[in-house]
Amino acid sequence: MELYLAKQDGQKGKKIALDDMILTKDMPTTAGSKMLENYMSLFDAEVVERLTASGYAIGGKANVGEMCIDLLGETSYYGAVEGEDGTLMTASAMLVKNGEADAAIGLDANGTPRRAAALNGLVCIKPTYGTVSRFGTVSIACSGETVTVTANDVSTAKNVLDAIVGHDDKDGTSLPEEKCAKVKAAEFVPAKRVAVARSLTESASEAIKQKIADAVDAFKANGIEVVEIDDSLLLTAKNAWNILMSAELCNNVSRYDGVKYGYRTKNYTTIDELYTNSRTEAFGELLKTAILFGSETLSDYNYMKMYDKGLRIRRVLSEKFDEIFESFDAVLMPASAKSAYTKADTEENKYIAYDENLYTAPATITGVPAVIAGGVQLLGKAFSENVLLDLAKKLEGAGK
Amino acid sequence: MATKYETVIGLEVHIELATESKIFCSCSAKFGGEQNDHVCPACCGMPGMLPVVNKHVVDLGMTAGMMLNCHINRVTTFDKKSYYYPDLPCSYQTTQWFAPVAVNGTVRINTSKGEKDIRIKQIHMEEDAGKLVHDDWTNTTFVDFNRTSVPLIEIVSQPDLSSAEEVVAYLERLRSLLRFAKVSECRMEQGSMRCDVNLSVRPEGSKVLGVRTEMKNMNSISAIERAIEYETARHIDAIENGTEELVQETRRWDDIKGKSFAMRNKETAGDYRYFPDPNVMPVCIDDEWYDGIKATLPEFPEVKREKYINELGLGEYDADLLTESRALCDVFEAAYAESNLAKESANWIISNCMKVLNRKQMTPDMLNIDGKSLGKLIKLVADGKVGNANARKILDEMFENDIDPEKYATENGFIVSNDTGRIQDVINAVVAADQKSVADFKGGKEKALMALFGKCMKELKGNCDPAVLREMLLKTIQ
Repeated sequence: MELYLAKQDGQKGKKIALDDMILTKDMPTTAGSKMLENYMSLFDAEVVERLTASGYAIGGKANVGEMCIDLLGETSYYGAVEGEDGTLMTASAMLVKNGEADAAIGLDANGTPRRAAALNGLVCIKPTYGTVSRFGTVSIACSGETVTVTANDVSTAKNVLDAIVGHDDKDGTSLPEEKCAKVKAAEFVPAKRVAVARSLTESASEAIKQKIADAVDAFKANGIEVVEIDDSLLLTAKNAWNILMSAELCNNVSRYDGVKYGYRTKNYTTIDELYTNSRTEAFGELLKTAILFGSETLSDYNYMKMYDKGLRIRRVLSEKFDEIFESFDAVLMPASAKSAYTKADTEENKYIAYDENLYTAPATITGVPAVIAGGVQLLGKAFSENVLLDLAKKLEGAGK
Repeated sequence: MATKYETVIGLEVHIELATESKIFCSCSAKFGGEQNDHVCPACCGMPGMLPVVNKHVVDLGMTAGMMLNCHINRVTTFDKKSYYYPDLPCSYQTTQWFAPVAVNGTVRINTSKGEKDIRIKQIHMEEDAGKLVHDDWTNTTFVDFNRTSVPLIEIVSQPDLSSAEEVVAYLERLRSLLRFAKVSECRMEQGSMRCDVNLSVRPEGSKVLGVRTEMKNMNSISAIERAIEYETARHIDAIENGTEELVQETRRWDDIKGKSFAMRNKETAGDYRYFPDPNVMPVCIDDEWYDGIKATLPEFPEVKREKYINELGLGEYDADLLTESRALCDVFEAAYAESNLAKESANWIISNCMKVLNRKQMTPDMLNIDGKSLGKLIKLVADGKVGNANARKILDEMFENDIDPEKYATENGFIVSNDTGRIQDVINAVVAADQKSVADFKGGKEKALMALFGKCMKELKGNCDPAVLREMLLKTIQ
């Protein structure tokens, strides 16, 4: 069970583990897939350049589930990571928890880094979409995927975040520097009112409900008003994002065709066989399912009732969040249904990662920032990272 | 009575844009180069690269739209079109499906049947694919990504064309307008202008369209003409004689065999799964941008032609020749502005400049001399300050270097001299050395005078008013 798929020693500075979705020119990048076994990028991701320029050391490449769309890294071609008690966990979360890395950089398309942080009592920041460059990340679902920071405590996470936030000309969705500066501001901002997402909390296990209750108590003890709200509209985020994510994924991974680089089957005589057999042999089952599903949602006969509807739901959800954030500084909600998962869970329900999107998709599909601390999730309006981090400070130490 | 048929044709014309770099990366967009020379991780489909729109592509897309009287969509978006082919490295093409840059235009054509407006459905911007090179010797196919992501526009017409003649007129009109606006060089032989023909045939007067076929792979206007004539005849033959069943399909034109052939169809009849590209933000064209492009539009060639004839007094032939190319017009207008001599400016371009272009195997579009300098040169000649032969030498130099004609003429001794003492010295020497010609002339041979005249002119390096020389020479001999 390898946590690091590639390792690099001897650098000075705090150590960063990069999820193997982040391209590096000195180490292979596999995206957890047989398709990209030993793939060497010609360039470093923008986040890698920024981290190095800020004096951080790149410790290595953390094992990830194939294309980072699974529950907790269990679909990696290079093996799943399990704790001593048999619970699943991502390699990067384990590296941070063990102290083998000071922080981890991930790519959040399907909530995996946030989920892993919540289950392990770590802090994870998914910043506002467009404030961290995606240049040099293996594209999965470009309209929502975001680079994340995971660490043991709020201040480490904040420092790493500050190093990677900023405008990048090489990413057409990167926001202007003045907007990024709001995220980078040093001062934390205290919250006055926090909303609790009622039905999302209701849907989770007792253990998770308890974590939410603990967070509510911690906030109240700090004089913050906490109000339960009707969040039923947010439940639509799951299906909408599963459609958008799968469609974009299907399109993004279509470049892995065995022609130019990566895995190529030995078993072909025609170009169609080269494509089909290379992909059949090198892609795992969950990824294949996502490709087929995504392809369906974009087909002529489904586009309007699936993909287009997904885009419309994204708009409705953004408006709903605008409305919520007129009255509240943050929304408190679970990051997962249960407090631990094992391989049995993923075998029983092969699409469990898609179901768990119930908790992570609201922030992904709308691009609002989310912070994990104390085993729970906090969402805020765009560029309100410092409000969420101030709240997270009050939960530090809890939920481990 | 035999049924009369009409042909219904719509065209999809792809035009490579004259940009320096590709549409989403900074690689060169130039034609040629060693295979896979103009390639970076972005345009060969490696993971991690994100598209950033080249603004100049949008400039040219808008320009094309305005030249073809289109409505410009002020918010225009890019979309992904998925299909698998080895020359398409990402297995998707970034194109415009939902909100193309320009829609609803018209192009006026002129044929033997008079004027006709062809409606343009839309113009969209997209990236080109690469090229496959098949090596029969090793039975291997190689991929060249130089052309991948070179910017294109596709101009889609309504099915308003009804004959090969109209199609030719339409294509030539497109080419002229887009070259004039510097959108593209529109060279079919280099593939910077490509055309797919959608054609069907129906009995004259019928409202129902016949079975439509799409023809590809025509690389000259004459090939398109032949393909349309062949395809029309094939359709009529199938309808009248039942020689074959017409099906909606894509066909490849083989210009050598003079026939069209059905392309493999079942697998390629595609669902392209279009969706908006989340990595390319919608392009918003504000008034400043729109007006800026509008201000750069050139006059239409026929407007210039009328002006040249009616205001500047050029002949129709000269006006036609000049307005074939924007470069010729630009140089002509600058030369005229400087010299105020319209006919001379036209003559210099049509005779002298064209000769140099031919010698250098350049096309008129490649004329890149400074029109203002040419105007100065024309004035020097008209004022009798530089002889014709020397002026042509100066023109040659203008093709090579950025020179001031007067300064160059002075430095090289090309300025006509009025030093009669020097002229007389030369005449005396020539006459003394060639007494035979003098005797011949006196004996009635007019030609002998020309020989003497030529020798003097040569000795004077052409820097002499011919009339003055002739007069002085006659005086000397007699």
